[in-house]
Formats: sequence, C-alpha cells, structure tokens
Amino acid sequence: MKKYWSFFKMRLMAGLQYRAAAMAGMSTQFVWGAMEILLYRAFWAEHPGQFPMGMEALSSYIWLQQAFLTLFAMWNWEHDILRSVKEGTVAYELLRPTDIYSMWMARSVANRLARASLRMVPVLVVASFIPAPYGLRLPASPAAFALFLLASVLMVLVVCSYHLLVYALTFYLTDPNGLMVLSVAAADLLGGAIVPLPFLPDGLRQFAQLTPFGSMQNVPLRIFSGSISLAQAPSVMGLQVFWIITLLSAGYLLTKKGLRRAVILGG
Amino acid sequence: MIEMQGICKTYRVRRREAGLGNAFKSLLSREYTEIPALRDMTFTVPDGQILGYIGPNGAGKSTTIKILSGILRPDSGACTVDGLVPWENRKAHVARLGVVFGQRSQLWWDVPVMESFDLLRDIYRVPAPVYRENLNRLTALLDLGDLLKTPARMLSLGQRMRCEIAAALLHGPKVLFLDEPTIGLDAVSKLKVREFILEQNRLCGTTVLLTTHDMQDIDALCSRVLLIGKGRLLLDGDTAQIRAMAGEDLSTEEAVADLYRCFGI
Repeated sequence: MKKYWSFFKMRLMAGLQYRAAAMAGMSTQFVWGAMEILLYRAFWAEHPGQFPMGMEALSSYIWLQQAFLTLFAMWNWEHDILRSVKEGTVAYELLRPTDIYSMWMARSVANRLARASLRMVPVLVVASFIPAPYGLRLPASPAAFALFLLASVLMVLVVCSYHLLVYALTFYLTDPNGLMVLSVAAADLLGGAIVPLPFLPDGLRQFAQLTPFGSMQNVPLRIFSGSISLAQAPSVMGLQVFWIITLLSAGYLLTKKGLRRAVILGG
Repeated sequence: MIEMQGICKTYRVRRREAGLGNAFKSLLSREYTEIPALRDMTFTVPDGQILGYIGPNGAGKSTTIKILSGILRPDSGACTVDGLVPWENRKAHVARLGVVFGQRSQLWWDVPVMESFDLLRDIYRVPAPVYRENLNRLTALLDLGDLLKTPARMLSLGQRMRCEIAAALLHGPKVLFLDEPTIGLDAVSKLKVREFILEQNRLCGTTVLLTTHDMQDIDALCSRVLLIGKGRLLLDGDTAQIRAMAGEDLSTEEAVADLYRCFGI
C-alpha cells in the first residue's frame, strides 16, 4: 500500500507545479460561472414557477461546479498513461514489482486533487460573498454536507474508474482519440456538465441518471444544493458504488488481458 | 542461475502493399508475416558471471532481455531465473532484478533524482538501513553527489546513465540486465561505467547480462560471450575465442563485421 501512496505523493507534488495554469483556470471559472448564472437568471425571471431547481440551488450548483471543475472533468486525462499504453512502453512498468492498475488509480486521483486544490479556494470564497440567490449557499443541514463529502469521494472514484477503463481499452485500439472525444461529449450531456440533469426532458433525464456519467458531478453537486434530498441520497450513492465496482473490474480484466498480449517491438 | 531452454518467439507483423486499393483490401482481409525473433535459444548462466550477449541489429538480443525480465512471453520453451519463471511469477521475479535500458529512462523526468530513488525505495520495500547503505555506496562509486538534487531531464547523458545504473541497484538485486548501457557515452563516462560494473560484480557477486555493440565493453568486462544471429545461438565461448575468430584486435569495426560475416549473419 505504501508504494501506491508514494506514487500518489509524487504525482501530487508534480501537479502542484502548474501555478500559471491554475491562475488562468481560476479567472476562466469566475467569468464562466457568472455568465451561466446570468443566462439562467433570464429564464428564471420569466417563469420562476417552471424552474425544476430553485435559483439559489442552481447558483450553488454552478459555483461548486466551477470550483471543483478539474476534480471531475472528463477531459482531465492522464496523457502519460495514454501515451505509454499506445506506444507499448507500459510493458516497462512491469519491470517493477507493482500492480499497474493500482498505480494508475493513485496517479489519477492525485492529479485531480492537485489541480483542484490549486484553484478551488478563491472561487469558493468569492462565490460565498455573492448575494442570494446568485451566490454559493451552504447545505441546509450538517447531514447533507456530510453526504456531499462522501458523494464527492465516490464521484472522484467513478470518474477515475471510467478513465482507467478508457486506458485499458487503449490496449485494443490503434488510437484512443475517438473514444475520448465521445466520452467527453457524453459526460457533457449526460453528466450535467452543460445543463444540470433536472433541466433535461423526461426519459432522457432518467436514462442519464442511470449511466455512469450520471454518477459523476451530478450527485455531489445536487446533494449540496439540496436538489437531491437526504431521502434520495442513499439510492443515488448506491448507484455510484455500483459503477465504481463495475468499471474497475471491467478495466482491470481488460488490462490484465491486454498486458498479456502486449508485445513491444524493436528496441 | 539463469536457465533458458528451447525458447522460441515469433512476432506477427501486419503487411500490405502500398496504395489506396490495397488499403481498402486490407480492411477486408489482413495479411500477416511471421518474423521469428528467437529460435530454440538455450543457455545457462551461473551466479556471479558477467556474460556478454552480442550480435547484429535484429539478432534477438533485446527479445531475450525482455523475456528474461518477464515483460514478454515466449511462444514456447522453458526459462527460469533463480528458480522463478519470469512471466509467471512477475512481481517476485522483478523484485530481485535490476534492469537498465540504455535507450530509455526509468527515472521520473521532472523531479530531482533523489525523489525517484525514494519512490523506488518504497516500490521495492527496501528497509531503511539497507537503503541508506546502498545509496551511500552507489553515490560514492558512481560519483553522484550533487546530481541527486537535479531533475532527471537536466542531466547530461553520462550523468543520467550513472543515475539509471544506481536506480537499478538500490534494492540490491542479484541479477542485473544491462541493455547497451554505454550507448552514446563519452570515453570518460564509459570507463567509469565499466569500472563500476566490475566493482559491483566483485563486491556483491551480482550476475550481469550485458548486451552491447561495443566490443571494448565486452573485452573489458565479460568472462564469457554469447554470439547470436537471426535468433539462433552461434557461439558460446570466452573473449579469447571471439578474438581468435575475429583474427585481430576486436576493437575495430572491421573485425566485428568480419566476425558476423563468417557466421553468415
């Protein structure tokens, strides 16, 4: 276990180096968050009654989404891993007495934590000073906050498990780009990245919630803002656990099989 | 003790003729060519030996190293290193193995070398006192000193190679595979690396398997040489024998080319 902790630390330290990227990201997120809220406000002012979420809940959702963007964003790939699988150099990792899949997981989680920790604080602080209903409001109860934290941990694991599955599939593809583009598009639509899931039409909404993408940012952000109630939370989080187990085992088996037939040419 | 018995490995390579028509054809049916990399490779290396493994490009040297280090499965044949089958008991096997590939780095690129070393300590679970002792010895012998604080990407090739060799030996492996360790090094660095390999072998009894195109490496280090070509073992002898066959000083390219020629490879 200690060695995976060391991988984690190593990646975390490397990730903390990118100060300029964090600054740029932060300003983008302020502007983006403000624009989204202005846009939704226009609709809300017209027909407040037809809104599937309260304006206050929606604002909290958007600000949290901006603050934690790199924690759950589908586009936040570990390109070193992708490259090593694509070029076959991943076999050299086998020269060390480690389990590759656990190492990938440690690195992916560390990468997300490092990037998010650099930019979340300013967004959270500023957003909590913005007046209601356009600012960030704490959840109604401590229980909701605790559930939000737990759901966030599960969310990171769902996203990373999904990524690991894509890395595993790269063993069988000449180029993983198509799969990556599709994944990002699917997560944008079905994961509530562009529009929160309550705004989707009936049918599509229920479907989206059942996909692995629905178990990502959708869950903690809506628990925090109260759009998923305390009573609904256990079943939604159960689905998160289901996806973690399913995605991880599928990817693990594919990697094991992929490594068996991995042949490095030349050298 | 390394034992290889009748190891065969064939690569399957996809081929097609150039041109658009043929590209479409290959969508429907693909043609493969089989390229035999190793044919019936058999040899034994006793503990504590420095073995040179030579042959022209494409002879199967790297394939052998990859099979012995457990990252490639042979098609048939048996192989054990200290009683373990490399590709079946991978973790246990690589824990007592050190490998250096001259053409690729095993250090983490962006962090100081020392951080890579500390990570390796955790990966191999080297006890703290053993680690400290190994690190001090390697630092002194390979003259690492200030290099340890430098990120790997900022080292010169010679400096990096010394760090790579140290990284492969931190966990005190019993077997060391060196794949072209002196490639691209200047004369001083080459001498230093050679001197160190001899020292390591003498002090710790490390078994060394060395592949190289540099006959001076072979001359300076190896008590025994295997010559392979087209996947077959052609000669198993000592450096004196090789030198006798080459007819003159082995250090010249002509002599080596003559040697390969007289085996028809």
